[in-house]
Amino acid sequence: MDLLTPGTGLIFWQLLIFGTLFVVLSKYAWKPITQSLKEREKFIEDSLDSAKRAEEELINLQNKNEQLLSEARKEREKILSEAKKLSTSMKEEAKDNAKEMADKIISDAKKVIESEKNNAMNDVKNTVAELSIDIAEMVIKKDLSKDSSQKKYVEDLIKEIKD
Amino acid sequence: MNSKIMNHKNFLYIYIVLFISFFSFNSYTAYSADANDNNKLDIGGMIMHHILDDYQYEITHGVVIPLPIILYVENEGLTVFSSSNLFDENHKPLKEGYNGVYYDHGKIYPLDESTSYIDLSITKNVFFLFITAALMLVIFLLVASKYKNKMETPKGIQSLFEPLIIFIKDDIVKPNIGPKYERYLPYMLTLFFFIFFGNVLGLLPAGANLTGNIAITMVLALITFFMTNLSGNMNYWKHIFWTPNVPNIMRIIILPIEIIGVFTKPFSLMLRLFVAITAGHIVLLSFIGMTFIFGSYTVGVMSSLFAVALNIIELLVAGIQAYVFTMFSCVYIGLAVEEEHH
Repeated sequence: MDLLTPGTGLIFWQLLIFGTLFVVLSKYAWKPITQSLKEREKFIEDSLDSAKRAEEELINLQNKNEQLLSEARKEREKILSEAKKLSTSMKEEAKDNAKEMADKIISDAKKVIESEKNNAMNDVKNTVAELSIDIAEMVIKKDLSKDSSQKKYVEDLIKEIKD
Repeated sequence: MNSKIMNHKNFLYIYIVLFISFFSFNSYTAYSADANDNNKLDIGGMIMHHILDDYQYEITHGVVIPLPIILYVENEGLTVFSSSNLFDENHKPLKEGYNGVYYDHGKIYPLDESTSYIDLSITKNVFFLFITAALMLVIFLLVASKYKNKMETPKGIQSLFEPLIIFIKDDIVKPNIGPKYERYLPYMLTLFFFIFFGNVLGLLPAGANLTGNIAITMVLALITFFMTNLSGNMNYWKHIFWTPNVPNIMRIIILPIEIIGVFTKPFSLMLRLFVAITAGHIVLLSFIGMTFIFGSYTVGVMSSLFAVALNIIELLVAGIQAYVFTMFSCVYIGLAVEEEHH
């Protein structure tokens, strides 16, 4: 068995032993090892992925919460300002209304007074006219030759009117 | 935590020191016995004796495990007998031999020149082949059994080999072969650990030079060769026989180069591992042998220090050669299964 000439026996045994070793190790060692390594790799990857996803979800949730909060805050402000606006406007309106109403009442009252006054005046005028006509009639009907009788008559008339 | 690390470090130191001293001791005893026998220095013989295969497993001089000799003799069938039958009680080879063969310097020859046989003996290297295979089976079946509880963190021996397996998978096989890597992963893992274990066992005291034997590296290279060419796709063969994007005249020149390339690839795999490991052993033994050539304490101390450094480098080489063989196997297969790209 020289250094550079491969021995046939050794070739035979090497083929046999290495072949057997390869077959046995492939089936009972490398296969389960690589398979579980792969599974572990996948497991780690999945875990990392899900952790990342959870984190993202958490951030999303936080963002959503914040958004909701800020929306609520905005809503509150909006409602508040609207209410304020509404209340001021209502006040103004009420004031205006009151004023208008007052004005209207006053003007109505004035109108009524005016018309009442006019009516009264008209009545007075009518009455005066009627009285004058009556007086004139009576004067015309009676003999008004004497001064005393005239005077007495007027006095009677006045008395009559007074009644 | 800190003390634990220190402990590991101490273990490593103790391990290295023991490792080296064993090695030196074995070489020393091997040499001194030889010297007593022949009364002259035969460092070259000692080195070759260590590098080459043998029919017996000599742990140190005098402590010999006889190994079975298996011969398939033509017209006679299988003969099996212990190699101890070829030696007398003083471990000297018998001139008259046994069962028609006699032993001489690590080889057996037929007594009758005309008999032809196939030698399937369990030699020292075959013995170490069995040890390597058994060790791998025990370790990796044990490692695999730890994966039964799938989502557990790696512990003990599992955490020693898992990073290596992941390294081979993700840094050698996957990038070099490409998307179809999973088919070749079992072979590459077996290949890497076989070479690595063989290399390291060879460095151990009394270890055989298994991966520095050309028969072993040849078989490994041939398996890679067949795997490469049997999985070669259209694109691969087109690149060999009708290289695209070159003028026709160039194709005539490229064709023989490509065909030679098909065979030089496994050839380089075979030689690289064989040379790296054998050369490492030769240099290491030469340094130790220097002590006995010069017979001086100064040279002894210096060459021992060199041997220590070399042994550490050899440990590195053990890993590197396993890596390189596996990586080039992946590169060749990767070239064969690569899809056409523009």
